[in-house]
Amino acid sequence: MNAPVNLPANTQPVYRFHGGVHPPEMKHLSSGSPIAAAPVPARLVVPLQQSIGNRAKCLVSVGEDVKKGQLLAAADGTVSVAVHAPTSGRVVAIDGQIVAHPSGLPELCVTIASDGRDEWGERSPLDWRAALEKGDGKTIRDYLRDMGVVGLGGAVFPSHLKLGGRDGLETLVINGAECEPFITCDDRLMRERAGEIVAGIAIVAQLLAARQVLVGIEDNKPEAVAAMREALAASGIANAHVVVVPTLYPSGGAKQLIKLLTNKEVPSGVRSTDLGVQCFNVATVYTIFRALEHAEPVISRIVTLTGNVARAGNVEALIGTPIADLLDFAGNQSDSEGYIYGGPMMGFELPDTQVGLTKAGNCVIARSAAHFPAKQPEMPCIRCGECATACPQELQPMDLYWFSRSKNFGKAQEWNLFDCIECGACAYVCPSSIQLVDYYRFAKSEIWAAESAKKAADLARQRHEFKQFREEREQEEKAARLAARAAPKPEAAAAVDPDKAAKIKAAMERAAAAKASAAPVTETASPAVSVDDDKAAKIRAAMEAAAAKKAARAAAEADGETPAAKPAAALDEEKAAKIRAAMEAAKARKAAAEGCAAEAVATPAEAKPAIDPEKAAKIRAAMEAAKAKKEGRAPAVTSAADTPAGDTALANDDQGVAADTPVKPAIDPEKAAKIRAAMEAAKARKEGREPVAAPVADTPVGDAEVTNDEQGVAADTSAKPAIDADKAAKIRAAMDAAKARKAAKEGGEA
Amino acid sequence: MSFLLAVALMAVLAIVLGAVLGWAAIKYKVDEDPLVDKIDAILPQTQCGQCGFPGCKPYATAIADGEADINQCPPGGDDGVRKLADLLGVDFKPLNAENGEEKPKSVAIIDENTCIGCTLCIQACPVDAIVGSAKHMHTIIAKECTGCELCLAPCPVDCISMVPVGETVQNWKWRYPVIKLKVTA
Repeated sequence: MNAPVNLPANTQPVYRFHGGVHPPEMKHLSSGSPIAAAPVPARLVVPLQQSIGNRAKCLVSVGEDVKKGQLLAAADGTVSVAVHAPTSGRVVAIDGQIVAHPSGLPELCVTIASDGRDEWGERSPLDWRAALEKGDGKTIRDYLRDMGVVGLGGAVFPSHLKLGGRDGLETLVINGAECEPFITCDDRLMRERAGEIVAGIAIVAQLLAARQVLVGIEDNKPEAVAAMREALAASGIANAHVVVVPTLYPSGGAKQLIKLLTNKEVPSGVRSTDLGVQCFNVATVYTIFRALEHAEPVISRIVTLTGNVARAGNVEALIGTPIADLLDFAGNQSDSEGYIYGGPMMGFELPDTQVGLTKAGNCVIARSAAHFPAKQPEMPCIRCGECATACPQELQPMDLYWFSRSKNFGKAQEWNLFDCIECGACAYVCPSSIQLVDYYRFAKSEIWAAESAKKAADLARQRHEFKQFREEREQEEKAARLAARAAPKPEAAAAVDPDKAAKIKAAMERAAAAKASAAPVTETASPAVSVDDDKAAKIRAAMEAAAAKKAARAAAEADGETPAAKPAAALDEEKAAKIRAAMEAAKARKAAAEGCAAEAVATPAEAKPAIDPEKAAKIRAAMEAAKAKKEGRAPAVTSAADTPAGDTALANDDQGVAADTPVKPAIDPEKAAKIRAAMEAAKARKEGREPVAAPVADTPVGDAEVTNDEQGVAADTSAKPAIDADKAAKIRAAMDAAKARKAAKEGGEA
Repeated sequence: MSFLLAVALMAVLAIVLGAVLGWAAIKYKVDEDPLVDKIDAILPQTQCGQCGFPGCKPYATAIADGEADINQCPPGGDDGVRKLADLLGVDFKPLNAENGEEKPKSVAIIDENTCIGCTLCIQACPVDAIVGSAKHMHTIIAKECTGCELCLAPCPVDCISMVPVGETVQNWKWRYPVIKLKVTA
């Protein structure tokens, strides 16, 4: 099998790859005439995604005048290349246009109305010879990326990535096989521009430090072989040979050609570079040379126009030229049934002839019944195994077909579906006329979609878990901050702490007074009133106080003295009484609020002062320096931002609306009332199933009472569960609110 | 005598084996229920809460504990239910309409002219996909948005809308090959 088959003209051995087919070549249609220059069209549609990887980032705007060769879009990331203006003119649109893609879906394109002058803009040549001598591969690679150089064999893989800095490549393979029927663009290019191709080969060989260069050309292109041999001999590149390979589809596949020329089989999941082989198409090395020597970006390519046209042949056309213009140039016949972009084996039917030519477009075939008789209807697979014999990748196409057809994608992957190069040899030999490749493409895209969905889900999970972690950490940090504040001044803490526990330590002046006199009893009346106003504030502050207290106590005990204990005890009675009074008032208020929530909503002015103690407590906890902030201001938005837990946790409780109201004055009372109504409904519906929601909102209140009565001992233990419950409640609240909203909307519509 | 020896031997054997088993139970203890992780891997991680649980993981735990049915996840769709049914060895059942219906994948878009910068949506977002700060315009990182719709309700000015992602050249999929039947005579 692996015995070399020496063709008479070869100095190098040629090996064989498995399988392959020999469809009618049909190359004579277009190979006879020299490459013509296609006229500059009036309008060019240049897609911004013209390579594998990221779409290029657009740099021009509508109405801008561009010159030929001007950068339209820059490479975005590593796996991406630039796109240039193919001619001079004006950008008339940057929008979604149908592109040469089997989907027929729109993709971002720059549409240029040419001015007919075809004027070059300023070119920025690179002193590549100096760079090459210095061994500065990166400069050259970056330059090629900015010149938009991609593999022109059809896969449009960014070439700069293949020129990566490996020191010493065993074999550089130049692909001139052009095995697919009908296509002759590489053939004509090699015949007419062999010198420039060879100059490109010299650059690539030097960049990759290749020890051997093998140019593979099929034996159905003797003129190209002769031209390339001559040019190669004249160039004096060491150890470079043109190798004639037998005509057998798909010898132009990179893996197949590597096997033909070097007898190296590229295993599944291994890159050919790992075996010391790199493969470039002849047209690609030609554009590499043009880019470096003439500072000419890839703005045109040679495309074969063939099939049902009057003047089949090759044209050098600007990227973005509408295919319809090219077909007109070639003399399209009226009985063409469709247009194939690419070859008959691997190409696809163009969704529209107005699409612009892309860098991948090596051939356009006008389809007619003469060349493409109607496909036979698909018959059941008879398991004859012809496809396995023909498969150049040595796969089991009938099994892959079976798995893909039954959507057993896992199994298809196990059978190395992704090693399939979609060459179509299996479908070509299938006696049942099964379009096998269609099934493989279907299976591949389903697997890709599932994989990207999985990635998105993993990312979402990760981010969700991090958010939960972050919220927990913030709670802990807050507690730690409060503790740090309380620890260094125990005498102040002694006076302040019990007061806080009792009253939520609302006003700043009060804090100052407490510090000075350590007996703030007389002033307690007014804060108490304000506390009554807002139960939510109390709950929140009580929780904070509990945390702070815990920390303070811990600190004090660590110091070996308990300065806080005595004054705290002294104030105990008074404080407890005050708290109880506050609680009762709050309860009364809650009852009132329940009776007429709408009223509470409609009177934000009354509710506004209620937020003051809350804010003051918060500011105090956050930074003492914030005294400058006036209490009366109470910016609603800021407090909303600062108290995420409190607000949302209470959202599904009855007081939730009242507490929230001053926080977001922008909400209109009607909406609030609607949400509230829907929320209650939602809650009622949920109650049996999810007991978490109800207790959550109540827990902090209960804790606060306990805290006050027992000097925070119980609060120390209750603070933690309160936080956890708080988190759960928040998520729940958001959910409930979403449902409520939906319900309210539906209700409104009904 | 031999009778006693046999009893003693069996007793010693029982103690030794028991000790080994006890040690193994502690040493190779599986902390988290692996089933929960498997279920969680199938769930789409939108964290939308439509299932009635506060996130995908709690729902996965509830399924594993037998407290929730497998058909409560609208974003997962019938496909997701099918996968769960396969995993758990139970029968497929259609999505529970009470939990909502399967919708095409959407992302939230903030109308940046209307946004007042209240940060409420930022707090509601389960995957931190909204960027912004108080009194400043917010925007959504479309790539990270799961389309859970949790940000819609808290918005006081209704400036968030859900926009279906739709099909693009990038996410387009080859269709399942269909053979056209021809009517003859």
